[in-house]
Amino acid sequence: MFYREAGQFKSTYKADQAIFPILQDRMAIAFYLAVAFIAVPIFGSDFFITSIMIPFLVFSLAAIGLNILVGYTGQISLGTGAFMGVGAYSCYKLATIFPDINIIILIIASGFFAAAVGVLFGLPSLRIKGFYLVVTTLAAQFFLEWAFIRIPWLYNYNDSGAIEVPQRETFGIIVTGASATPSVRYLIVLAIVVAMTWVASNIIHGRIGRAWMMIRDMDIAAELMGVRPLYAKLSAFAVSSFYCGVAGAMMVFFWLGAAEVESFDVNHSFLILFMVVIGGLGSLIGSFMGAAFIWVLPVILRAVPNFIGIDVNAATVEHLNFMIIGALIIFFLIVEPHGLARLWALAKQKLRVWPFPY
Amino acid sequence: MSARTLADISAGEELLSVDDISLSFGGVKAIQDVSFNIMKGEIRAIIGPNGAGKTSMLNVINGFYHPQVGTITFLGKERRKMRPYMAASQGISRTFQNVALFNGMSTLDNIMAGRTLKMNKNFFWQMLRYGPAMNEEIEHRLVVEEIIDFLEIEHIRKTPVSQLPYGLKKRVELGRALVAEPTLLLLDEPMAGMNLEEKEDMSRFIIDVNQQFGTTIALIEHDMGVVMDLADRVVVLDYGRKISDGEPAQVQADQNVIDAYLGVAH
Ligand SMILES: Nc1ncnc2c1ncn2[C@@H]1O[C@H](COP(=O)(O)OP(=O)(O)OP(=O)(O)O)[C@@H](O)[C@H]1O
Ligand SMILES: [Mg+2]
Repeated sequence: MFYREAGQFKSTYKADQAIFPILQDRMAIAFYLAVAFIAVPIFGSDFFITSIMIPFLVFSLAAIGLNILVGYTGQISLGTGAFMGVGAYSCYKLATIFPDINIIILIIASGFFAAAVGVLFGLPSLRIKGFYLVVTTLAAQFFLEWAFIRIPWLYNYNDSGAIEVPQRETFGIIVTGASATPSVRYLIVLAIVVAMTWVASNIIHGRIGRAWMMIRDMDIAAELMGVRPLYAKLSAFAVSSFYCGVAGAMMVFFWLGAAEVESFDVNHSFLILFMVVIGGLGSLIGSFMGAAFIWVLPVILRAVPNFIGIDVNAATVEHLNFMIIGALIIFFLIVEPHGLARLWALAKQKLRVWPFPY
Repeated sequence: MSARTLADISAGEELLSVDDISLSFGGVKAIQDVSFNIMKGEIRAIIGPNGAGKTSMLNVINGFYHPQVGTITFLGKERRKMRPYMAASQGISRTFQNVALFNGMSTLDNIMAGRTLKMNKNFFWQMLRYGPAMNEEIEHRLVVEEIIDFLEIEHIRKTPVSQLPYGLKKRVELGRALVAEPTLLLLDEPMAGMNLEEKEDMSRFIIDVNQQFGTTIALIEHDMGVVMDLADRVVVLDYGRKISDGEPAQVQADQNVIDAYLGVAH
């Protein structure tokens, strides 16, 4: 396959403003979408779909959410886990209160609750930066975790303290609950993630995304160009938390089936932050790469000893996992701070001029 | 005087007036009791030794610093405190002494950023990047491309600005200020650190901006040769005070100015 720009002259600014100006890029995207929408549901095993693909997509969406805040707007947050929790608990309550409304609509609606909470906890960012903002978002994380435990109304006073996903149908097909098939759940998650990624890309390439990046790169100059810091930062918190909230709701409704506060703890905040850093700050494709790296690699590593017939006990595999992933994270931070997305871009750059070195 | 629009003011009339401004940081008196004005259509230079308060003066004009005493009158409207984005929306744009570009963005996006205030299509259309939002992008892209042509930086359109040499960065920053179509353009040492050829290019751009677009310019510059060539009038600051004000030749002959630059004891 030839990856070339040659011969593809853009005659209008409209064509040049396209998000993937190179034909081969557009073909690649179409190919990935075809694989994801057609090949995976047909050929993927239940294990592959439920334990790899669905979580991968859910985490990718959360990583996009966090990337909007950290990578595009330059604000830091350790509250991602809790914002996902806000989405999940809101969706659970909405499903209880409005049992007749389509669950997909409720999933999206729960994003707005997360957005509102995100804006609230984003308010301090107008005054403080960097380390101090980390501390406030961490406070948000712990406060919300507390709320998820101490406000029993949120989990309908269940003795278990957990939220359990009710069965819901869309067009006569069971989409949530224990009897929903993996393929159906996967396709819904995929459709939502693809649509929301497309929207994120649109926002980022337009006026609002530019305002976020202006704040990130040089806030005083941004203000001088007419960007209102208040509006830019809070809109980033809102959009970011919206994405995390929808991811959290999908995590419970289409993947776990039931969840307690542990699913939204600070470890998850760190997990998503690692995905963003490894994948590449300020890159949507990187968010997917980071999620794949952090989520899928351990699954593969876990399967390797079995596969080659060595009998290692589970705890050892888990330790090895931590060490390998940890070492890779450090390696990336030192060798390529811009993450996998940058490595990918460099590879494409090389390919564009291949076989000539310049 | 009531607020006026740019069209109400004819060339040679007062566009901005700075009256009795004093600004201090703790014990440091950055500006003391300075008054001067800027006429529509002129190139006004602000000069003075290091630490004289020139940059602080620009910061007062565009709202970064709030003077303890004094008023600023722009377009006939008096104001004491304002946020930088308000100054921007009134038509004041600027470049910085230490280039302040958006390093994570390309040349094109940096200059597009200068159009921020002129874009307003709402969030819904932004999400779709379609219809009004797309038309708006293209409409502003055309203006941006004109400035890119004007500044002869077509070849670096898609380059991340962090990879550009210093001289080009300054040029991109000028482009970003110009696309805002400012009424008053503030340039803080636009030629500092440039070689002779780059300085000549930059001088040419400044003159063209002033003459072709009719933009009023306030310019801080250390190179006296450049100031003598470009400026219509010069104000000289030293230790936060105004020590001279007038046409270049007049200022150059002023004994106060000569003393200040030679470092005569106060
Ligand atoms: N934000 C600030 N906080 C404290 N002091 C400041 C601040 N900004 C400027 N000053 C002080 O005000 C005085 C004037 O500084 P200013 O930057 O305006 O000088 P300048 O004429 O632009 O000098 P240069 O030619 O070196 O750019 C200096 O003594 C400086 O230290
Ligand atoms: Mg200065």
